[in-house]
Amino acid sequence: MAQPLRTRRDLLRLLILISPSLLWLVIFFLLPLLLVFAISFGQRGTYGGVQWTPTLANYARLLDPLYLRIFLRTLFIAGTATVLCALIGYPMAFFIATRPARWRNAFLLLLVIPFWTNFLVRMYAWLFLLRDNGPINVLWTEGIHAAVAWLAAAIPAPFWEPLLQATSTPLRLFGTDGAVIVGLVYAWLPDMVLPCYAAVERLDPRLVEAAQDLYATRVRAFLRVVLPLTRSGLITGSVLVFVPCVGAYVTPDLLGGARTVMIGNVIYSQFMMARDYPFGSALSFVLMALMLVATVAYFRLGGEGGRGRG
Amino acid sequence: MKLPNKARAGNRSRRASGLLRHGLTAHGVLCYVFLYLPILVLVAFSFNASRYSGLWRGFTLQWYEALFSNAALGAALRTSLVVALASTAISTVLGTAVALGLERFAFRFRPLMDVLLYLPIIIPDIAMAVMLLLFFVLTRVPLGVGTIVVSHVAFNVSYVALVVRARLAYFDISLEEAAQDLYADEWQTFRRVTLPLLMPGILGGALLAFTLSLDDFVIAFFVSGPGATTLPLRVYSMIKLGVTPEINALSSLMLLASIGLIALSGALSRR
Repeated sequence: MAQPLRTRRDLLRLLILISPSLLWLVIFFLLPLLLVFAISFGQRGTYGGVQWTPTLANYARLLDPLYLRIFLRTLFIAGTATVLCALIGYPMAFFIATRPARWRNAFLLLLVIPFWTNFLVRMYAWLFLLRDNGPINVLWTEGIHAAVAWLAAAIPAPFWEPLLQATSTPLRLFGTDGAVIVGLVYAWLPDMVLPCYAAVERLDPRLVEAAQDLYATRVRAFLRVVLPLTRSGLITGSVLVFVPCVGAYVTPDLLGGARTVMIGNVIYSQFMMARDYPFGSALSFVLMALMLVATVAYFRLGGEGGRGRG
Repeated sequence: MKLPNKARAGNRSRRASGLLRHGLTAHGVLCYVFLYLPILVLVAFSFNASRYSGLWRGFTLQWYEALFSNAALGAALRTSLVVALASTAISTVLGTAVALGLERFAFRFRPLMDVLLYLPIIIPDIAMAVMLLLFFVLTRVPLGVGTIVVSHVAFNVSYVALVVRARLAYFDISLEEAAQDLYADEWQTFRRVTLPLLMPGILGGALLAFTLSLDDFVIAFFVSGPGATTLPLRVYSMIKLGVTPEINALSSLMLLASIGLIALSGALSRR
């Protein structure tokens, strides 16, 4: 449908259509992007401003074990969340795809409703659940504790004592890596399920039957037929989950407490507390590079077009 | 000799497939419980009479009453709506125009324009927030409602363009040609043929932009300055001060509003 520019009038039309967006994106996206890149080679001024003496010191500082550890931890948390999303989301795609046709859309809608709700609210729901005097811990220290005490009175045995002790104090759920991972999986699970579902739905069941007619075992038919044919969905889903997890700020900030720090939190503190813009810029640039590596790897692995941010 | 063996194998495989089916169903049900239980618990405790405990102490509506008398919250909601409406209006016009330009004309820099248009979607929020903050600070633009609107347009243009382009891909160009054969001028063709046919896509894009703008916390957090507080910023500072049933009540109302928006988008896409 796209036609080449034949006349001056065509060129004028094109300019009227695209130049407002082009200008907006150049001024408020491209220029800021280049600015961050330039400033990442600058130095922090005495009063928090930027000194334009080129240096590689900010990037050298990233090799400090303190920051290396934070990078590794970020990759570990994002990677674990992605793997968990795949383990939970891939079978879920099969679950939805095997429902009767008239129910499928309802299940898909139920999947995306949380996606349209406010991100902060979804993270707050977990903060509320996991905190020391939240519902889970109330159940633990009141309900389970009472049950154990009742059992201990009914059947005397030596092993009740440690159990009574354990249930008398709240579980440490909030403020751990685990809490952050749960929050990330909760936030991005639909991003894994939807591309997997699209791949599973396209799968021709006759191919699986053919494999079984040729005496392939169930496991073999899955590994040699189903998995290769749905691989693209898994790859797309993994990129859609991994990229926002690496750049996460709100989830570790709310659920991770003071101890779990990801790159996003370091970038925040460099900009808003330490006012070290050059170092914060270098960190942001490395974050974007990680995202770019993930996206390029994705195209290499043969995924398909992506979907939006959450 | 072979037959009983095979029959037994068939039996076993039937049992295995039954197990697989039930396992899959159980997994699916558990997944939906995982998705909805936290939200339901959150809503349930917005009616809890106890202020501090995760223990149920009776039904009350007092937290909702407290919300409606909270003036700061009302102001934050107004700011959020102003930002969302302004950024949606600007990005819908810009995004629709750029979608038309990119789908209708082939030109040398089109791939570059595609990249520029899609980068704001894939870049992490925090990186975008940092870039824009630096830009506004160094160009000495005062931070406030204006900078939030400008920043939201910078990512919403891409989303609107994405949705409208998807609709344009199915556009039948012969309808425009027919209009022109019937002596409609260029503007009339656009106004009476192209625009109405594209309307579901444009409205869908606008709704997405509106939702994303209302949802955004990270970018507004960086570029808002001390004067402008949107609803997510307000919610965040409330959470940071400590968990209270008022936040549960507010969250429940926000959930209700999102479900309303989903119903609206469902009604739009059915047209």
